[in-house]
Amino acid sequence: MEEFIQQLTNGLAVGGIYALIALGYTMVYGVLKLINFAHGDLFTYGAYLGLTLLTSLALTDRLGFTLGMVVLVLMVMGLVAVLGAILERAAYRPLRESPRLSAVVSALGASIFLQNALMLIYGARFQVYPDNILPTATLNIFGLYLPLMRVLIVLASVLMMIVLYVFIQKTRIGTAIRAAAIDQGAARLMGIDVNRVILMVFLLGPALGGIAGLMVGLYYGQVNFTMGWVYGMKAFTAAILGGIGNIPGAMVGGLLLGVIEALGAAYLSIAWKDAIAFCVLILILIIRPTGLLGERVADKI
Amino acid sequence: MLLEVKNLHVRYGNVAALHGINLHVRQGEIIAILGANGAGKTTTLHTISGLLRPAQGEICFESQPIHQLPAHRLVKMGIAQAPEGRRIFGTLTVRENLNLGAFTCDDKAQVAKTQRWIYELFPVLAQRHEQLAGTLSGGEQQMLAIGRALMAHPRILLLDEPSLGLAPLLVKAIFQTLWEINTTGVTIVLVEQNARAALKLAHRGYVMEVGRIVLEDRAEALLANPEVCNAYLGGQANRE
Repeated sequence: MEEFIQQLTNGLAVGGIYALIALGYTMVYGVLKLINFAHGDLFTYGAYLGLTLLTSLALTDRLGFTLGMVVLVLMVMGLVAVLGAILERAAYRPLRESPRLSAVVSALGASIFLQNALMLIYGARFQVYPDNILPTATLNIFGLYLPLMRVLIVLASVLMMIVLYVFIQKTRIGTAIRAAAIDQGAARLMGIDVNRVILMVFLLGPALGGIAGLMVGLYYGQVNFTMGWVYGMKAFTAAILGGIGNIPGAMVGGLLLGVIEALGAAYLSIAWKDAIAFCVLILILIIRPTGLLGERVADKI
Repeated sequence: MLLEVKNLHVRYGNVAALHGINLHVRQGEIIAILGANGAGKTTTLHTISGLLRPAQGEICFESQPIHQLPAHRLVKMGIAQAPEGRRIFGTLTVRENLNLGAFTCDDKAQVAKTQRWIYELFPVLAQRHEQLAGTLSGGEQQMLAIGRALMAHPRILLLDEPSLGLAPLLVKAIFQTLWEINTTGVTIVLVEQNARAALKLAHRGYVMEVGRIVLEDRAEALLANPEVCNAYLGGQANRE
């Protein structure tokens, strides 16, 4: 039982990270019907920016652990969001009227560019988060010893998902994003500036992806310039699992995939970890291609 | 002159859809634009709304050229459209759809007032305001599309085939409501296949054929015109 709960919470932490990345995929797909293949690399930038800011600014020394972390999170979110906006401007906006495939090729190109730029700046070796800054404490919850970092990651990712959900459901701009995802032309007839909606999506998604990168750095302690590829693929799987374009779907899909993967790795074999995740992708594509939460009601003609 | 379209040419790639059309709309009028499929009626409305850019020609709204402005600016200026096929947001609630119609309005009191008025015009929308718009019937969806366009508090309302796919009784009710809307001062441009109903409602009408305006007259005159009768009214003018 102890083992099971440890694996389950680990799965939730990883799943929360997947969910945050998956939200970026699903929001961009929702509005542009484009898979932003460079999204995984923005995630990696979050991890590297977090590392650089953490070590060079010594935020936790100056501001204390809690405040330092909050400032770090906000800085990473802001910087990666700006990167996302630049990516949209440079790689996607010029191709807005072009065939879908051109934008996909552009996305792949942007991914290669971002990855190699990172390698040139930081080198190809693994980079290590400083372990003396991070808390190694464990929490005792009803006799279970859980690492503090794991609990924080689960709480932070769930908190961010709730904030995003409320933003999308309740605010004016959130409703505009949903409307543009359903029908861009009709959204424009409502007076919605669709370019601004797209920009918004390319700020929100990368901000969440950047945080996910930071979380991976904090959780595992080491980062690599290619890690965006695997995490991106997993998060993409999570987005498909929940129903691509569906925001709650990405959240559910991410958490579910993390848990499935963690339990599979624990009880079957760790070597099968990635295979299990991609088997989930294949199964969902065969059995329910719209995903778990895809398409609530059909539009009447 | 509220709206003026001068020598408007629109192309889809290499295909010309409009070959220099001219039309004008006065404040308070109801204008019907008639024509067969592919005559360019929807293209005309989309260009007025800013969804398409003219290759040549001019569109003026209150004497200001508007044909280079983005669609979202035009809504704010007072040009709203209920598009063909209704295009309501099916996975959003009726209320959310209406609120989106008022996206450009900052005056909350005004929005609430307009919403109450729309619920008076279409009481069924008030009953269903928390329901997903995609679960409404075709007629209710059309009412929602019109109500949503009215939420922008427009000076001019463009309607693209509001009778499409509706039962005759429902068409009658909707046209009655359009007349009511017009009496409050909203100018209406109506694109219709249902020529008879449209001409009975309208003050003036235009007839389009393959990207050109071939006829322009008062609505009663068009109803009595034998050519129009034969082409669009099933040739019943002589019998009536």
